[in-house]
Amino acid sequence: MERKFGEVVIDLQNISLSFGGVKALTNISFDVRKHEIRAIIGPNGAGKSSMLNVINGVYHPQEGRIVFNGQERREMEPYMAASQGISRTFQNIALFKGMTVLDNIMTGRHMKMNCGLLSHMLHWGRAQKEEIEHRKKVEEVIDFLEIQSIRKTPVGRLPYGLQKRVELARALAAEPELLLLDEPMAGMNVEEKQDMCRFILDVNDQFGTTIVLIEHDMGVVMDISDRVVVLDYGKKIGDGTPDEVKSNPDVIAAYLGTSH
Amino acid sequence: MTFFFEVLIGGLLSGVLYALVALGFVLIFKASGVFNFAQGAMVFFAALTFVGFTEVLPGWTGMEPGSGGVFWLSFALALMSMVVLGIATEKVVLRPLVNQPPITLFMATIGLTFFIEGLVQAIWGNTARGLSLGISDEPVMWMLDEFDMMISKFDLIAAGIALVLFVVLALLFQYTRVGRALRAVADDHQAALSVGIPLKHIWAIVWGVAGFVALIAGLIWGARNGVQFALTFTALKALPVLILGGFTSVPGAIIGGLIIGASEKLAEIYLGPFVGGGIESWFPYILAMLFLLVRPEGLFGEKHIDRV
Amino acid sequence: MLYREAGQFKASYQEDSQIFPIRQDRVGFIALLAFFFLIVPMVASQYWLQAILTPVLIFSLAALGLNILTGYAGQLSLGSAAFMAVGAFATYNFMLRIDGMPFLMAILLGGLSAAAVGILFGLPSLRIKGFYLAVATLAAQFFIVWVLVKFPWFSNYSSSGVITAQEINILGYAFNTPESKYLLTLLVVTVLALAAKNMVRSTTGRKWMAVRDMDVAAEVIGIRLMRTKLQAFAVSSFYCGVAGALYAYTYLGTVEPEGFNLTLSFQILFMIIIGGVGSILGSFLGAAFIVLLPVFLNIVLHSFVGAALPPGFGSNLELMIFGGLIIFFLIVEPHGMARLWQIGKEKLRLWPFPH
Ligand SMILES: Nc1ncnc2c1ncn2[C@@H]1O[C@H](COP(=O)(O)OP(=O)(O)OP(=O)(O)O)[C@@H](O)[C@H]1O
Ligand SMILES: [Mg+2]
Repeated sequence: MERKFGEVVIDLQNISLSFGGVKALTNISFDVRKHEIRAIIGPNGAGKSSMLNVINGVYHPQEGRIVFNGQERREMEPYMAASQGISRTFQNIALFKGMTVLDNIMTGRHMKMNCGLLSHMLHWGRAQKEEIEHRKKVEEVIDFLEIQSIRKTPVGRLPYGLQKRVELARALAAEPELLLLDEPMAGMNVEEKQDMCRFILDVNDQFGTTIVLIEHDMGVVMDISDRVVVLDYGKKIGDGTPDEVKSNPDVIAAYLGTSH
Repeated sequence: MTFFFEVLIGGLLSGVLYALVALGFVLIFKASGVFNFAQGAMVFFAALTFVGFTEVLPGWTGMEPGSGGVFWLSFALALMSMVVLGIATEKVVLRPLVNQPPITLFMATIGLTFFIEGLVQAIWGNTARGLSLGISDEPVMWMLDEFDMMISKFDLIAAGIALVLFVVLALLFQYTRVGRALRAVADDHQAALSVGIPLKHIWAIVWGVAGFVALIAGLIWGARNGVQFALTFTALKALPVLILGGFTSVPGAIIGGLIIGASEKLAEIYLGPFVGGGIESWFPYILAMLFLLVRPEGLFGEKHIDRV
Repeated sequence: MLYREAGQFKASYQEDSQIFPIRQDRVGFIALLAFFFLIVPMVASQYWLQAILTPVLIFSLAALGLNILTGYAGQLSLGSAAFMAVGAFATYNFMLRIDGMPFLMAILLGGLSAAAVGILFGLPSLRIKGFYLAVATLAAQFFIVWVLVKFPWFSNYSSSGVITAQEINILGYAFNTPESKYLLTLLVVTVLALAAKNMVRSTTGRKWMAVRDMDVAAEVIGIRLMRTKLQAFAVSSFYCGVAGALYAYTYLGTVEPEGFNLTLSFQILFMIIIGGVGSILGSFLGAAFIVLLPVFLNIVLHSFVGAALPPGFGSNLELMIFGGLIIFFLIVEPHGMARLWQIGKEKLRLWPFPH
């Protein structure tokens, strides 16, 4: 399958991040192109999640430049990343436990809703119309991810695999340009994994969403990603197509645990 | 200038008492992660129970009222009550809530506060009492002669007692097996198990020690200001102390206590007159709040970034 | 077979997002309103109207305010009574100092003043959470009461800060009977409760709950924590402020700053814990419970035990029961009476065929 990628969406240049004495990321550079599925892999503690956190502003790197859609960004907060079209899911499910599936997904749309406090108090006219409009959008996402039957269920009651799916739904509801997925298939059984793979590919395909994906399952990564970045101990040790990465001696060493 | 030092030292001495209450909070928070709002009520409980026993014991046993026997027997009985209260709290309130969010536990200890206040007054009555430790509240003579300063003997001795308590606790933490287990449990429950003391014993011990600390605080405070319900409000001042010093640091509790004690007295004397006085009632809280805006991690805490 | 969802199909999202999606609930709610607006003023005694129902409504409103902040937005506050005080004293001064100030306008301004002060004391929530924040709200509690006592301007130079509410007059009608005061209170509380219900089921409420449940995730989906938290503080304080104004004007008539003390703040907290954290209905149930319990205890103690009790025993027993109940509810039903009510309804929905 030959796929065509567009220009660079996000370009990370010489990113370094540390917590106190711990160096989580050291001088890392890579880019993500429009419409691709870009995987980040690496052993535990390699700095993969930290990398996503840098991309959407949860962590602030001490060094490095980030160019998003051609613009260099300064210190930025997560909500700004969201408003620029970056959505994500989390390694440890970060749903709003006290709310239903529907409400959780609706929160994903709040950036596009403009009514203020006073019209919400009345819940009439414009506020009601807006609510219904966005509800329709959310229902599309619900249909897409096939979670119609659990709409009104409080998320806390759902099994793990479904929670992951709801989290994806919430991220999709924002109609992101760039979607960051932190181990979306961790802890799932084979069948659930297959479903999730299909959804990710469909999102990429149908909505043209650019995806950055962290995943431990090598089979999945090699299957669905276009390019792979390999991190180890906070350093980049490989970058390229799945085949290139697979045959990279450093990567093999890191995974077999012979180096260090 | 002498006056300034008088105020400062007086403030520091009352700060020692705040520190004492805060210490009880810290012990429990370290060992079980519970923010025990009821620590102030426990101080009140301890003081009133002690006074109650000193009143009834002569009648029960025929001992001389005010004698050393009555004092120590009351002390022992009050201490036992505190241990029982602590263990009961641990078993009845905290154990069933063990995996709940911290804020739920916090609210439970607010409920506990009310329960304890009601209970102890239902047993011993609502009237305010005096409490005497046999230490007179007069200025220390040589301080008056040498520096022309009025420093209360009572306050000095009270601070001395508190100091001894801090040191003893610190040594216990450092050098005994139980102490090591306590420190371990604060860091990591698994590690504590490896010391070979079951967690529930550790918690029982912690609540017992916290009860003991509350009793000492209650006696000193009761002797200073009388044993009455208002004690529970004064004890609340330990909360801003904790904010300054951090919830897990014993030195933090002490230094926080001293800062709060000294600054509230100085503020009262030097700022109070400009705004109508009585600012002691809120000064520690506002100070703590402003401090938090600048340093949310407290005096000794480390900056922490939420992990996601 | 009376309480059924069956056969009521939702044809549109609009129908699905009504306040009361089940028809019986809708009918029940209207009946309830009719009962409290029409029947109660006719049949209830003055004592009930004045000493029970009016305070229950006012405390419900205060509890609702705290519930918005704590139950929905997840920021624990121990200073609700202080914001009631701001509302009461601000309303008083608007009435006093501005000629021809309409009462409802004064209450609105009183609530807004409380909201402004609430934002100020909500600022620490931007940096701290949990019990750190709870302690910071104690600052509001003690500071505000102190200001109202120490600056006699607020109470128009009366001794020890006591204020006497001016007569309520709306469009020429004087509200000076227990019935009329009750009705006015009921009207204000109903309107604000409906507004609250609307807020919590819209984006506003979802943002609050998102911040409550997981602030990092909320921020990542684009919610601005600062704005959302301060908004919750403002709305919550507004509700408390209006409750405070009603407390002064339709319930007590004269109030002093010290009346809005920490104990009152705790009582309001207890209302939401017992009634249901994060529930509008719970605010009402909790307020009713906390107001009625002492009344009930008093009756029981007097008729069964009589004068044999030491003085103060009743109030101590009250403290123990309140404290004990808080612990009990937190352990057994952390969602309070509102959840019990909901469970009851679920059962009824299935009754008499539980499958
Ligand atoms: N908020 C934080 N505070 C302190 N240290 C952190 C924080 N977040 C990450 N770290 C540290 O940074 C390093 C990289 O962590 P990160 O979570 O990015 O790894 P990862 O590759 O996602 O690992 P895993 O596969 O286990 O998810 C680790 O040593 C971790 O302890
Ligand atoms: Mg990770």
